[in-house]
Amino acid sequence: MNLTVWLTRTATLFVSCMREIFDESAYARFLRRGRMSSSAESYADFCREQAASKARRPRCC
Amino acid sequence: MAKLLRIFLWLTVAALGTLAVATIALHRGEQISAMWLVLAAACTYALGYRFYSKFISAKVLALDALRATPAERLDNGRDFVPTNKWVVFGHHFAAIAGPGPLIGPVLAAQFGYLPGTLWILAGAVFGGCVQDFVILLFSVRRDGKCLTEMAHDEIGRVGGFVAYVAVLSIIVILLGAGALIVVNALKSSPWGVFTIAMTIPIAVLMGFYVRRLRPGKVLESSVLGFVLVILAILAGQWISQNATTAPWFTFTAPTLAILIIVYGYAASALPVWMLLAPRDYLSTFVKLGTIGLLAIGIVIWHPTLHMPPLTRFVDGTGPVFSGSVFPFAFITIACGAISGFHSLISSGTTPKLIRRETETRMVGYGAMMAESLVGILATIAACVLQPGTYFAINSPAGIVGKTADTAAATISGWGFPVTADSMHALAQAVGEQTLFNRTGGAPAFAVGMAQIFSNSLGGQAVMALWYHFAIMFEALFILTVLDAGTRVGRFMVQDALGHLWRPLGRTSWYPSILATSALIVGAWGCFLWQGVKDPLGGINSLWPLFGICNQLLATVALCVATTIIVKTHKARFAPVTLAPLAWLIAVTFTASWHKMFDPNPRIGFLAHARQLAAGLPSHEVSRLIFNDRLDAVVTGVLVSLVTLILLESAWLWIRVVYGSKQVEVREVPFVMTRFAEEQG
Repeated sequence: MNLTVWLTRTATLFVSCMREIFDESAYARFLRRGRMSSSAESYADFCREQAASKARRPRCC
Repeated sequence: MAKLLRIFLWLTVAALGTLAVATIALHRGEQISAMWLVLAAACTYALGYRFYSKFISAKVLALDALRATPAERLDNGRDFVPTNKWVVFGHHFAAIAGPGPLIGPVLAAQFGYLPGTLWILAGAVFGGCVQDFVILLFSVRRDGKCLTEMAHDEIGRVGGFVAYVAVLSIIVILLGAGALIVVNALKSSPWGVFTIAMTIPIAVLMGFYVRRLRPGKVLESSVLGFVLVILAILAGQWISQNATTAPWFTFTAPTLAILIIVYGYAASALPVWMLLAPRDYLSTFVKLGTIGLLAIGIVIWHPTLHMPPLTRFVDGTGPVFSGSVFPFAFITIACGAISGFHSLISSGTTPKLIRRETETRMVGYGAMMAESLVGILATIAACVLQPGTYFAINSPAGIVGKTADTAAATISGWGFPVTADSMHALAQAVGEQTLFNRTGGAPAFAVGMAQIFSNSLGGQAVMALWYHFAIMFEALFILTVLDAGTRVGRFMVQDALGHLWRPLGRTSWYPSILATSALIVGAWGCFLWQGVKDPLGGINSLWPLFGICNQLLATVALCVATTIIVKTHKARFAPVTLAPLAWLIAVTFTASWHKMFDPNPRIGFLAHARQLAAGLPSHEVSRLIFNDRLDAVVTGVLVSLVTLILLESAWLWIRVVYGSKQVEVREVPFVMTRFAEEQG
C-alpha cells in the first residue's frame, strides 16, 4: 500500500470516527431508516429520539 | 526470518521498557526528562497488548471470530449498529475519558511521580484494561446487557442490588467532588467564570446552527463553538482587567456552589436539552483536541520533571490529602489505572456497536490503554511544576496558613522552597489574583498544562491564555458530566421508586421529575457544600470517598467477570480477574477502614468528629461533625454491601469448582456471523 492510499484511508477513518462521536452518522442512519431527507423537522425528530436514549447513558468520570 | 525479526523487535521493546522503568524508579537526586515516563508507558502498553491481552483473548475468553455479535443480529440502525472497529475505539475512548484521569494523578503527585506512574502502568495493564475487555466481551455475548443486569443474572439478586447502589453512590459522590473541583477552580476568578458563562449563549447559538441553518452538521457547529469559546477566553482577559466588569464575575466559593446546584437542578428538571446537547458536543470536541494537544506539547517540549520520584509525604502526612501511599495512592488514581465506572460504558453503548467478537480486544483493552496514557500525561503536567509551587496551589489554608507569607514559609519548611513573591508573579502570569490554596487538582493541572503549551507554542506571553483555556476545558468537561450524571441518577431513582408507586417511575410525569431531581441534586449538593465549608479543602474527604466508591464498583465488575469465567469451567484462568480483584479488595477495604476509624483526625472521619466535638460547640462545628459521621456511614454501608456481593460470589465459585452446583451461562446461543469470510 502506498503512502497516499494509506493517508487517504487514515483520513477517511478519522472523519468516520468524528462523525460517529458527534452523532452525524447516527443522524444519517436515522434519515435512511425513515427514508427522509435532511431538514430542520427531521433533525428535531432525531434529537427527540436521541434525547430519550442519551439521557440514560452515564458519563464516565 | 520474519519470525526472528519479530522476536528481536519485541525483545528490543522489552529492553527499552525495562530501561525506562528502571530510570524512573531508580534515579535519585537528579531530575529526569518526562520522556522516560512516555517511553515506559509506550513499551508497557505495547507488551501488555501484544502478549497479555492476546493470552486473555485466546485462553480465557476464547474469542470466536465466527460468532455473530448483537450489533449484527439485532441491527436496527439505531442502538445496534455494526461499526468499524477504529470508529468504535474512538467512540469508546471518548466515552470513558472523563476528568478522573486528569485530576487523580495530579493529586497523587504529592507522593512524587513514582508511585502514581507505576500504579497507572501496572494497574491499567493487569487491572483496568482487563476489566474493560472482559466486561465488554461478556456484555456482547449477552446482547449488550448492562453491569447491574449481568450481576443479577450471574451472581444473584444481592449482586444486582449492590451494583445498583454502588452505581448510584458513585454518581452522587462523583458529582459532589466534580462540582467542588469547578468551584475551587473558578472562585475569585472573573476570567474563568466569564468564559464558562459564555459557553451558555455559545451553546444556544450552536443549537440554532445545527437545528435551523445546517441540520445535523454537528462537527461544523462544534468547530464554530470552539472558535467562539477561544474568543470568549480572549474577551475574558479584558473583563477580568476592567474595574467595572471584573466584580460582576467575581464570586466566592459558597456563591459558586449555590449557582452550580441551581444549574444542576435546572439541567435535570427543565426541558433544556437543546442547550445541553450542543454543550456536550462542544465539551467532547474540546476534550479530544486538548488531550491530543497535550500529548503533542509534551513530545515537542519533552519537559524535565521537577517533582522528586518520592516525597516525604509517602508517610501519610501530605497536605493535598492525608493518608499513606498504601492504600491512598491507589484509590486517588482510579481512572487511568482501573475504574469501575468504565464497566458501565463497556456494558452500555459500546457492545451494541461491536461488529466482530475479536474486535472487543482492541476496543476494550486498547481504549483503556489510551486513557491510561492520559493519566501519565496528567502526572507529567503536575510534576513539571516546581514542587513548592505544586504544594502552594494544592494545599488548603487550614494546613499551610491563610496568608501568602505563612503558606510559603510552611511549604518551604517542608523542603520545597517557594516564596510569596514567586507565587504572586506566577498568579499574575496566568491572570489570577492568587494561586494559593486552589485545592482540587484542576488549577495545578491547568498551570502545568499552560507551562507545557506556552513552552511549545507562543512562549510566556500567552501563558495566561493557555491557563484559562485549561480551566475552561476542565470546568466545561466537569459541568457536562454533572448535568448528564444528575439526569442519569434521576432516572435510576425514578426506576426504583416506580416499584413503590407506579407514577413515580414515569419519567415524563413532572411532579416525579421535580422530586427525584431534587433528591439527586440535594444528595450531591450536600457533599459539595460540605467540601466548600471544609477547612481542610474538601477534596481531602471527597476524593478518597469517590476513589473508594469507584474501586468498589470495579470490585463488583470483577466479581461478575470471575463468576462468568468460573461458570464456563475455566477456573484455572480465574486469576486473570481474581488477581486485580484481590488487590482492589486489599486497597479499598484498607482505605475504607482508615477513612472510618483511623485515630488521626486528618484521615479518619470519626476521629475528626471526635476532635471537633471536644472543642467549643457551635452551629458550624455541629454541621462539620454531622458531615464526618455521614461520610463514615456512607463508606461503611458501601463496604458492607460489597462484602455481601463478594461472599455471595465466592460461595458460588466454591460450589461450581467442587461440582456441588450445576450452573448455566446466560449467553445468547451461537449464531454464525455473515462477516465470516472477512479476515480477523
